[in-house]
Amino acid sequence: MAKIELTRNRFIKNLLMNRYPQLAVFFVMLVGYIFAIHAGLIGTPVGSHNFSIVFVWIAWWAILILIAVPFFGRGWCAVCPIPLPAEWLQRGAVLAPPEKKPRWLNLRWPKALRNIWLQNISFLLLALFSSVLLTTPNITGIALAVMLFGAIGLSTIFERRAFCRYLCPVGGFIGIYAQTAPIELRIKDKQVCASCVGKPCYNGSAAGYGCPWDVFPGGLTKNTYCGLCMECIRTCPHDNIALNVRPFSADLAKPSARMDESFKAFIMLGSAMIYAGVLLGPWGALKAAAYNVGTSAWFLYAILFLAIIFIIMPALFALCVTRFENLDIFRKRFATLSTALIPLGLMAWVAFSLSFVLTNASYILASLSDPLGLGWNLFGTAQTAWQPMFTSILAPGQTLALVGGLIWSARTGQKAANEANISPVPVIVYCLALTFVMLWLLL
Amino acid sequence: MRFSFSLLLFVMAGLVVAFAPLPVQSIAPRERIFRIDARQYAYSPSEIHVNAGDTVTFELVSTDVVHGLYIDGYDVSVEADPGQTATLTFTTNKPGSFRFRCNVTCGAMHPFMIGKLTVGTNLWLYRAFGLAGLAVIGVLMWPGPKA
Repeated sequence: MAKIELTRNRFIKNLLMNRYPQLAVFFVMLVGYIFAIHAGLIGTPVGSHNFSIVFVWIAWWAILILIAVPFFGRGWCAVCPIPLPAEWLQRGAVLAPPEKKPRWLNLRWPKALRNIWLQNISFLLLALFSSVLLTTPNITGIALAVMLFGAIGLSTIFERRAFCRYLCPVGGFIGIYAQTAPIELRIKDKQVCASCVGKPCYNGSAAGYGCPWDVFPGGLTKNTYCGLCMECIRTCPHDNIALNVRPFSADLAKPSARMDESFKAFIMLGSAMIYAGVLLGPWGALKAAAYNVGTSAWFLYAILFLAIIFIIMPALFALCVTRFENLDIFRKRFATLSTALIPLGLMAWVAFSLSFVLTNASYILASLSDPLGLGWNLFGTAQTAWQPMFTSILAPGQTLALVGGLIWSARTGQKAANEANISPVPVIVYCLALTFVMLWLLL
Repeated sequence: MRFSFSLLLFVMAGLVVAFAPLPVQSIAPRERIFRIDARQYAYSPSEIHVNAGDTVTFELVSTDVVHGLYIDGYDVSVEADPGQTATLTFTTNKPGSFRFRCNVTCGAMHPFMIGKLTVGTNLWLYRAFGLAGLAVIGVLMWPGPKA
């Protein structure tokens, strides 16, 4: 399938060039986000009746993992409200660039931290406390507020969207999985970029801001770090930036050799499996251990969680790719082949989320009418009874997602193994084993 | 042409694995009674195996707050007050694996208070394993990218 350039369509191009449609979505998102913080902090402590839990962890999560990431990659980042106040403060403007820029420190992000290790750590921090975070409104409210104010604080010290690029716990995995999405922002002609004076797409101009994600669009080959903010479409003086529809997983044909991205794949796949066991499994002791933060059982759970992700899964994978020559070659091969885990990881999250979301989606209607759990009935749906939805299609849907993810991963593994010049069979068998575990946990 | 034929063959094999009727061991239905203790946020026992056609009675005993028990797929439920026993009787006329879960908000981890009821053999799991295995064989036979 060839690429289709969406920006050739005049309506789409104008929609992206104009700042107002995006601003309108931003406002809705920001109001919802601030309301979620508010609901978390002052609403009912009963999670299933509080807007912050129901709309963040059920509605938003369902949209993110079942639709936004698989089909639009970083589409969520394009409308995410978290960096907005920070960015407006940093820019000294809400819309087009002002004549006079505010004087913040505007430092470059430290070179040693220009990777996604901090995002890996921030995700794991949330993951270790997830049983509390997902069920306790005030903890969710605090976590949302910390992200909002963290982004604001960082924007006064560092240039561009340092929070999104290097710290956001969600942005890290969206970036990795965005490689599989059938949408991309790319330049049309390399020569045009090479000869462009001033590089306004990166440095900014009167027409718009330099890339908030610290990416030079002329060198963009993967979706991982492009936040789809559309700023470069506005600033390019040569109309050389295109938004394209493309085949799924096009970026995975060029595997990354970075260990931070490689471990992100392990973290995500491992977390999906652990959540499937702890949250959706029948083992009460595991749930108690995950929920009772600070107890010896929780420390044991945390150690096991980290051991599965950082030792057991990577060690078994290393055995699959070992043909030891020297450490550098081994590391490169390890990172390259771990690209195969990306599609399976995404589909494992889809399978896990299907169960969680379909079971709890009916809370959305009740929470819409009574978002703070104060006995309101704004839209007449407050008394909607809890009822799992489509449970008869759950098992076939999860099987389809996991087997589809396995096929996708196996094909990706073949390509990556070809690049690394080794047999793909051990990596495919590794993916098959993980698929078996996930099927056993969910079905 | 050969590739299309192989793909068609694998799709058909996949459909057979997923949907072909399998011989079921016939076991005479009987009455089964289970006492299930419910406490925040677990059932005990949390995994229950019965045969298809059994008449099953769950005696739900709540040991702390009000708990419920709803069975996915069967769409039947019961609620028990603390210290009380509530009874749910139903016939296991659908084979497979079903989650049962608390349907009365009972605390923070309420959405994850889950147990598992297996009726007969969980054939769907084995079919899914078969599909995954078949998919791997298909990929390995599929021409890979050229070096």
